[in-house]
Order: sequence, then C-alpha cells, then structure tokens
Amino acid sequence: MNSAAHAARVQRDLEALHAAAAALGRPATFMEVCGTHTMSAFRCGLHSLMPANVRLLSGPGCPVCVTAQGDIDQLIQLAAEPGLTLCTYGDMLRVPGRRGSLERARSRGADVRVVYSAMDAVRLAENHRGRQVVFGAVGFETTAPATAATVRRARERGLDNFSVLVSHKRVLPAMEALLASGQVQLDGLLCPGHVSVIMGWECYRPLAARHRLPCVIAGFEEPLLAAALAWLARQVLEGRAELLNQYPEAVTAEGNLVARRVLDEVFEPVAMRWRGLGLIPDSGLGLRSPYRMFDAARRFALGPPLDREPAACICGQVITGTATPENCRLFGDPCTPIHPVGPCMVSSEGTCQAWFKYRRPPAGLRRAAALAPAEEMCR
Amino acid sequence: MNFLQASEPIVSQRLESAHASRLDRVLLAHGGGGQLSDELLAGSILPRLGNPLLNQLLDSAILPALGAERPALTIDSYVVQPWRFPGGDIGRLAVSGTVNDLAVAGAAPVAIALGLILAEGLPASTLHAVLDSIAATGAEANVAVVTGDTKVVGRDQADGIYITTAGLGRVPADRQLAPQRVRPGDQLLINGPIGDHGLAVMLAREMPEVQSVLRSDVAPLAGLVDDLLAAVGDDVVFLRDPTRGGVAGVAADLARDSGWHVTLWEEAIAVRPATRHAAEMLGLDPLEVANEGKVVAVVRPAAAGRALNALGQHPLGQQSAVIGCVTDPPDGLCELHTHIGGRRIVHKPYGEQLPRIC
Repeated sequence: MNSAAHAARVQRDLEALHAAAAALGRPATFMEVCGTHTMSAFRCGLHSLMPANVRLLSGPGCPVCVTAQGDIDQLIQLAAEPGLTLCTYGDMLRVPGRRGSLERARSRGADVRVVYSAMDAVRLAENHRGRQVVFGAVGFETTAPATAATVRRARERGLDNFSVLVSHKRVLPAMEALLASGQVQLDGLLCPGHVSVIMGWECYRPLAARHRLPCVIAGFEEPLLAAALAWLARQVLEGRAELLNQYPEAVTAEGNLVARRVLDEVFEPVAMRWRGLGLIPDSGLGLRSPYRMFDAARRFALGPPLDREPAACICGQVITGTATPENCRLFGDPCTPIHPVGPCMVSSEGTCQAWFKYRRPPAGLRRAAALAPAEEMCR
Repeated sequence: MNFLQASEPIVSQRLESAHASRLDRVLLAHGGGGQLSDELLAGSILPRLGNPLLNQLLDSAILPALGAERPALTIDSYVVQPWRFPGGDIGRLAVSGTVNDLAVAGAAPVAIALGLILAEGLPASTLHAVLDSIAATGAEANVAVVTGDTKVVGRDQADGIYITTAGLGRVPADRQLAPQRVRPGDQLLINGPIGDHGLAVMLAREMPEVQSVLRSDVAPLAGLVDDLLAAVGDDVVFLRDPTRGGVAGVAADLARDSGWHVTLWEEAIAVRPATRHAAEMLGLDPLEVANEGKVVAVVRPAAAGRALNALGQHPLGQQSAVIGCVTDPPDGLCELHTHIGGRRIVHKPYGEQLPRIC
C-alpha cells in the first residue's frame, strides 16, 4: 500500500471510529494485549487521534512486564553462578531485580549473553560443552515454540550442559482471570497479533461469549489498528459481542499447528505467577516430564521464587489496566528508561516506557498540557 | 591536501633498513616499538597510507599555518563488530565519522591522526583491508593520515581491531553553525533515507544468516556539506550528523538546545523497505537508529529550495528532503507528525538499543 492510500484508509477508519463513538455517547474502554500493538499505537500517535470518549488501555501483553519479580531475581541469581552462561532476550537485560539487573551482573563479570533466538543459546551449549548454558525463557505462546524446539534438540543431542529457566505464559488464561476479577471494565478486546498467529483465532470464542466482549484479531499496521478500533466501537454501539479475524493473511482459525504441536509435546499448562495478576491456574508453561532434566530451576536447586515487587512501583496495576503510568508517583522521577524501577519502564513494549517516550516531555521542560495546534505548523 | 603533494617525499632512514617480511598475523611484538614495529610500518602501513608528511615518521606532524581560518579538532573511537559489514568496514567508518564531525562544524578536513589498537593474532589480510579502506575513504574526502600510532594487545584483551581517528579541520573566520542561531520558520533537511547503517551492522552482527539487501550508508560528507555551504552560505544555521541516537536524537537535541519547538513529518522521512523490515524484525525505530552518511541541515526558510537543490545534485544527496521545521512555542520539545496524522513526542534515545522479545 502506498502512503497516500495508507493515510486515506486510516482517515476513513478513524472517521468511522469517531462516528460510532459519537453515536455511542458514553465512554468506552478497549484493551490491547500485545506489546507490539502498544508500540505501534504510540509510535503513530494513534492516541492523539482517538475520540475523547474512547480509551485504548494496554493490558498484560508485554512479556518482560508480566514476568514476576521472583522469576527475574532467579535469573540474576543464576547469572552469578561461576562457570555458567546465561542467555536471554535483550529486553530482560535491564529489568531491575531486588539486587541489580542482568546488565549489572554482566558488568561484574557474569557471562550474560543477549540472544535473538532460543536456538542461539542451544548452539552455544553445543559449542561449549564444558560450560553450563541456561536460557532464560520468557514470553507468550509467540516465543514458547522456539524454546520448545531447542529443548527437544537438546534432548535429541544429549546436551547435559543446557537448561532453560521457564517463565513462559499463556495469554488466554490471564485475560480470563483479569476479566473475571472485575478489576477493569472493558468494552472490547484487541487480541494479540503474534500470539494469534500461533494459537489461531477460534480460541477467543469462549472468552467473547462468556464476557459478552467483542474481540478482534488485528495486525500491526496503522490502518489495521484503526479499522479494528472502528469495528469494536460499532460492535459496542450495536450491542454485539462478535469475534472478528481482521488479520487473515497471518492468522488462521487453528493457528500454526506445527508450532502448537511442538509446544504441546514439550510443555504442559501449569500455574504461573504474573506481576500484577498473581498466581493464575494454567496460565504458564512447564516442561513435561520427559524434558524436566532441562529445567534450570531443578538443575541448580533454585527453590521457589520469592515474590516481592519494588515498593511504590505500580507496574502490576499498569499491566492490568487499572492504573496508567501517570498515576504512579515514581513515573518520570525517579523511574525513567535510564533508571527504571519497574519492568514496564524497561521494555520497549512496556506501557510506562511508551508513555514516557511518546507522551511525556523530556525532564526539565515544563509539561506541555497539550501540543500546539497543528495549524501553527509552518509547512 | 595540496601541502602534502607539495612537500618533498622524505622516507625515514630507519625504514629503509627494515626488511619487510611477509606478514601473516599480527604479533604482540608488532606494537612494541622495535624492529617488528618498523616492519609493520614499512610493509603494511606506509605502502597504503603513506604521504610526504606521514613518511617522515616524526613524533608530531607539523602542518602549514591555516591563515585566517580557525582550526577545528575532533576525535572519535571505533569498535564496531563485525569489522566488515555490508556497505563498509571499520576503516571507512573511522575516516567518515571524523570527516563528518568536522564537516558539521563547517570545517574542511585538513589532516587525520590515526590510532590503531590491534588484537594479537589479527590476520594481516584484515589489517590490510582496513588500511586500504582508510586510504580510499581519505582520498574520497581529500584528506590524509599524517601521523599515527599502533598498539597490539593480547588476544583476550580486545576483539580484532579498534581505531581512533582525530581530525583537524579549518573553519572560515565568519562561519557559525550553532543551535542558538536557529529560529522559528527554519527548515530541517536530510540528504536521504535513514537508519541504514545501524540496521545493516546490527543485522550483520546479530543475524548473519539473514540475507538482506540492506547496506550501511557510511560515507564522508565533506564534499556534500561543502556544496551546501557554497550554495546557501550563511543561511545554513546548524548541521549535525545523525549517528548514534539517529534523527530522533538530533531533532530532540536541536529542540532542547535552541529552545524552540521542532516538528518532524514522518511521511517526508524516507526509510528504505529493507531497513524498515529489519527495524520491525528487531523492534527498533528507524528514527532512533544510527546513520553514518547523513547530515541534518537547518536552513533559513527562504534558502530551503536552494539548499535542497545543492544537496540533490551531489551523489550522496540524491534523495534529499525537507523533513521538518522549527516553530513556536519556545517549549524545547520535538514532536513527530505521523503519516496517519497522529502526533507524538520524540525523545533522545537512551543508549544501547535492545531488541525486544516478540
């Protein structure tokens, strides 16, 4: 799509959104549950184009943000083990634990490597048989199949120096728990794009029906986001709660069956602790018994994680949409992307970082209550 | 430079006695200042970088006076991994980076001082490729290495090759390029698509298996900037090369340092499809990614057309565009008008860019 057609399509969908919102005449709250949606919406300034009575909240869709404090502490604790190499995704590096971060551990000599795929970690183990290599496995159903594939490969090759510290999570049980808790009243759900590529769109049907909630599976480009929001607004206006797959080029009804098969072969649903949501039954993935020898928590006898979130940090409420970053007294001072207190400020997909980067003027400047009207631009 | 061509070639006596042996790999002793160091100079460095001033091998190169012009001095170190990436290498990067730091100060390059830190065991072929690249890029920018230093460290102490380049330039007495000169109405120009260097290097380093047409834009901009200043003169009020921190960093700094509001238009900022694709894959914003062959120019509104024309006629500026402007109010903020008509604040990025999880 060229940019003129792109812009025209967004314009049309935004007009439809505004029309539906005006006809609705009451506030409506939608939630996106995917870090990439969060970033995409902020980057294109979508919030500045929304009707006044429609809010788009960020839900528990940022993998770093939802990782419980205890799990992060365990990763940092593991990194300090002599003779051990800890591999993880870049986002995890700066998440503060109770005692420093992986980045700090690395500066003190810990062997912490940023990898782009789980396979890089298992290859490292293959090439350094004398070192214990641990992969810190975080993320939703999007990244979990890759972890499953590496664990399967490690088993096939008899790698006794490779293990994974698993805190993979399943999105649907968490959404169910969030909606059932009544903590936040939603009028519509923007279902996660990447997760749906793996899990398919059929799986949202029970959720849509049980909570009478229109659900749309949307892509990441702005026209898709705008169209998804317009559709949700019309659903609310018409009193419907349907399920729409608006990203058919990537998402099928059953998802990626190959990925789901390997996921199911290696992992089973287990209770998992989420930041802000607590322990949710079946919301995590644990290694099935043939693969448990690759569980780093067992191999290094880590014991149960201690869960204590940083004092005054409200990341947990931000993740569940019950607070916005501006409700946090740490936001912007002292918590910034350079000196983050909570994970939502660390991750590039975190709500706090998105607010800080795209909505809040830099420190030392007076808060711009509103940006200058567009007519004043000199173009 | 003219003065280099005019001087008598004087090759150091001690090097004539140093019989060059065939270099295979760099040894610790090559940095020790003894005969092996001489061999490295005679066999590897001077044949590639030699010129009358460097060939004297004095502890300091003594340059001709600059007359009424003011000397500009800059220094930068380069540690890029991998040393060679699509579109360039560490040698081209080191010369371009220093030439460009001079160029955006309005300085024409006069001379470069080169510091090499080599890891023991570095293949001679790598060293020679980097030196050739330094020579070629210097020739492109019409500047030579006039003095230098080489150290070799243990193979565990460094990774391959690190380069420090200091650059001396000359600035006309009346030229002033400073954010304080910036005022509402001024236009922001850039000489082409953004994000190519940072993403080409990141892909080459982190995902070498990924095939991409992406190439770094690394290039010395002395000629381009010279053409711009010749065409528009004093109506160019500020120049900055958007290296680390990208265009976002330059625009946010410009807003802060000038005190005015800076507006960028996303639809005017070109990003190549391969660059955009790589950025999406790594979860990065091309606006925040490093460029090494780009310059952001702030020019008076009446001169914007001429400036665009001058940039567009240079081979390194054929896709030049006006990408933003300076406006009231004096709030020191930079904002982006997105291509869907949305608006958001642009910050200076925070440091190391961390690819996201999913």
